[in-house]
Amino acid sequence: MGSARSERSGSTVVPHGIKILIAGGFGVGKTTLVSSISEIRPLQTEEVLTDAGIGIDNLDGLDDKSTTTVAMDFGRITINEEIIVYLFGTPGQDRFWFLWDELALGALGAVVLADTGRLIECFPSVDYFERRGTPFLVAVNCFDGARRYTADAVRDALDLDAGVPVLLCDARERISVRDVLIQLVQHVMTKPRQNGLN
Amino acid sequence: MRDESDPGHEWLDDEAGPVVRPYAVIGGRTKHARQFDVVAFVVATGRHGGGHLQPEHRRLLERAVEPVSVAEVAAHVDLPLGVVRVLLSDLLADELIVVHEPDGATRPAENVLEAVINGLRSL
Repeated sequence: MGSARSERSGSTVVPHGIKILIAGGFGVGKTTLVSSISEIRPLQTEEVLTDAGIGIDNLDGLDDKSTTTVAMDFGRITINEEIIVYLFGTPGQDRFWFLWDELALGALGAVVLADTGRLIECFPSVDYFERRGTPFLVAVNCFDGARRYTADAVRDALDLDAGVPVLLCDARERISVRDVLIQLVQHVMTKPRQNGLN
Repeated sequence: MRDESDPGHEWLDDEAGPVVRPYAVIGGRTKHARQFDVVAFVVATGRHGGGHLQPEHRRLLERAVEPVSVAEVAAHVDLPLGVVRVLLSDLLADELIVVHEPDGATRPAENVLEAVINGLRSL
């Protein structure tokens, strides 16, 4: 993007939409996180998949139904009249990688939400963003009763690069989620801009 | 698809949602001319369309009087993204909307990201 962020359509300001992905295993709290900070009740878009739309590699695990739908929750944070941040919860199941590719295109960055009780479930997300070169951080969702680990223990367990931020959060708390997003944007800004978006 | 004579199962299942109708709307077309990213914005041009528009086209147009993101317009009209993209490309071809795609090649300028950080801090 150039320096001017919004465009004009006639006399109307067209906002610049910024896309941030919220990834992590199924049931880890992605929708909770989006709900905590979104100014609107999270909305849902869905994609209907047909056999024709599914790559060979993605047929594993799909049953014989000729169509299936994948719902994606998203929320919105209006920064000002020219900038709107959208948070997209990624589909939890690995078989929908091809939908991730579309979502990840042009995404500013990603939050990988992790549950220390089921840390293994965020491996695919970490792996995906590492391969893609999408800036991301790992946010460990510490809700009541969740097993507590230090950020360093999580970093070691996930074998993360030293540059990837790991922080603890509570996906139900607006301020906590806000701080996660601020850290993500700050992390993105440490990357050379020439690399662009993926 | 289930047997249509079975009145209890109009749709594939609860999760599948109303699949048949949306794809009937677009006549089975699944290609869309433009990408229509989920955070692309569409806005109605105010031109008056021909009589060939379907109700779904009109619902999208009504939602796009002010600039609206593709994701939001899809959620509001409760149609799958793929269907919405086809309908939007119809509207675009008829010059009833304009689309502002995000620049997917480079990330936003520093001042935009700083504005995002400041905006988040003020929440």
